[in-house]
Amino acid sequence: MTGWSQALRAPSMAASDTPTFTGNRGLQVEEKLIFEQDAPGRCGVDLPEPPPHNNRLGGLARCSPIGLPGLSEPQVVRHFTRLSQKNYAIDSGLYPLGSCTMKHNPRLNERLARLAGFADIHPLQPESTVQGALELIDTLAHWLKVLTGMPAVALSPAAGAHGELCGMMTIRAALSAQGDARTRILVPESAHGTNPATAASCGYAIDAIPNNARGRVDLAALKAKLGGDVAALMLTNPNTCGLFEDEIVEIAAAVHAAGAYFYCDGANFNAIVGRVRPADLGIDALHLNLHKTFSTPHGGGGPGSGPVALAAALAPFAPLPWIVHGDAGWRLVEHAEGAAAAAIGRLKGFHGQMGMFVRALAYMMSHGADGLRQVAEDAVLNANYLRVRLADALTQSYPGACMHEVLFDDRFLKDTGVATLDFAKALIDEGFHPMTMYFPLVVHGAVLIEPTETESKASLDQFADTVNALAARATAGDAASFHAAPRLTPRRRLDETGAARKPVLRWRPNAVQRDAAD
Amino acid sequence: MATLRFTKDHEWIRQDGDTAVIGITDYAQQQLGDIVYVELPAPGTRVECGKEAAVVESAKAASEVYAPVSGEVIAVNEAIAGDPAKVNADPMGEGWFLSVKLDDPNALDGLMDEAAYAAFVAEQG
Repeated sequence: MTGWSQALRAPSMAASDTPTFTGNRGLQVEEKLIFEQDAPGRCGVDLPEPPPHNNRLGGLARCSPIGLPGLSEPQVVRHFTRLSQKNYAIDSGLYPLGSCTMKHNPRLNERLARLAGFADIHPLQPESTVQGALELIDTLAHWLKVLTGMPAVALSPAAGAHGELCGMMTIRAALSAQGDARTRILVPESAHGTNPATAASCGYAIDAIPNNARGRVDLAALKAKLGGDVAALMLTNPNTCGLFEDEIVEIAAAVHAAGAYFYCDGANFNAIVGRVRPADLGIDALHLNLHKTFSTPHGGGGPGSGPVALAAALAPFAPLPWIVHGDAGWRLVEHAEGAAAAAIGRLKGFHGQMGMFVRALAYMMSHGADGLRQVAEDAVLNANYLRVRLADALTQSYPGACMHEVLFDDRFLKDTGVATLDFAKALIDEGFHPMTMYFPLVVHGAVLIEPTETESKASLDQFADTVNALAARATAGDAASFHAAPRLTPRRRLDETGAARKPVLRWRPNAVQRDAAD
Repeated sequence: MATLRFTKDHEWIRQDGDTAVIGITDYAQQQLGDIVYVELPAPGTRVECGKEAAVVESAKAASEVYAPVSGEVIAVNEAIAGDPAKVNADPMGEGWFLSVKLDDPNALDGLMDEAAYAAFVAEQG
């Protein structure tokens, strides 16, 4: 057995349990790493002997085995099936991870994405043979333009942060085209970490803006920081406290008066889709997470997709390719020339995440405009239902109604000896994926809960009952049970500190010898 | 005679003549939890009062350490880069971050002394 698997091999057992002979717990199987299942010479496929040939590799010929384990097909199937059964996913239960929008992925989306005309095409096929696919991309862009009120959409970004990069690169290009070299980006303290990271990647200095007592951007502080060297404000609305930035129109006016652009992180667009058009708020660029608002799978089931809606002033700089309609039908503009001469170039190979485009458009068309509006309404309703159900036991950070997610802090755990982390671990024993913890950073010991609109009242009630019961247990002084959690998982509390300080990122066949040598 | 002062961002600074040593307080390390990574400036570079001087990362979050004074970095504590646990174990001693040559020897005048900082932390709850 290797050092790696010894470190992991501490099956979780409540003290009262009689250990099993196998180490398995019922049908919860202790699965060895695939490399540890190696039986030299075993192979799942019959490969023919290569025909006689002259070896022309010379000194480059490999002289040691490549190190793949010998395995039969049933072993491989069982291995990956067992691993998949250890997974927790939106398909298996409530996943109230705040800021992540873990909503149901409708099966209709999957069915349409598997249609041969979408699934079996290649991006290098002649355009004349993929007219339907190009039309689908353009139709998706049209829906996104209508929903945002913005005149252009760049579809190629592959995820939310990639969309941010796209938006900030177009802003930088637009400023540069005006000969206006600005150096600073304003980012609220409650922002997703990707916002300052994106701005820094684009070469900007970051200036943080504090929140006010209402959990929104401090408008006076923002105005004080604005100046001729500010390239843009990056704001999330609704913000990461689950609150609508209700002074956003005045914020936009102040940003524009300073000659800066207004970037909006649209990760929380699911709270306002169909009800608010970002263009009407004065936003110049906004990324949309198809994998959040528009129900495409994520969190291991992705890939993500982060199209960016752009105002007219930024549209000429949108990344390639552009899809245009001409005499010969749909066509791709792939070079920065003609109307696209100012484009910032490519951000990604080919056209973006085609499979996600199909799913997102299926979602939009199956819901319709009224259905999308109801998505936002129900997401906000569900979050507020939880807010009220948890109001007595937990401590809400900012009083009043919330949007699609509700933020609590750890004041309700004060003097209990239980930390937010312990509380989350106890939720795992109860069969829930925990909520988001310790984010946003603007409150202490944050507990951020986003149920999404696809949870039933029964599901929300079960979750609320559980959280309330756990809170009562914590206040009753039973800290020990929280410190021991989780008790019922395949592994108990993982050593997160050890994993970060001394990460072992790769299995090595000689790990035991190497550890001994160390 | 060394002077010890504290900031509202939970850094400590100990001045001896025209140089000062900077680190984070015991309260700061408790709030962060187990520290897993520290990024320090290069000796010879400058730090500006109120601007980022170092980065500290725990299992919970990454945070900036702001320079409480302006000056030139004359030494950094490489030991905490290799073993960040030192910051948790001994934040005011072995867990120091950097030392600077002060632009202004009176730069610590506006900062809190130990008693004032203890009162400030008590208010934070």
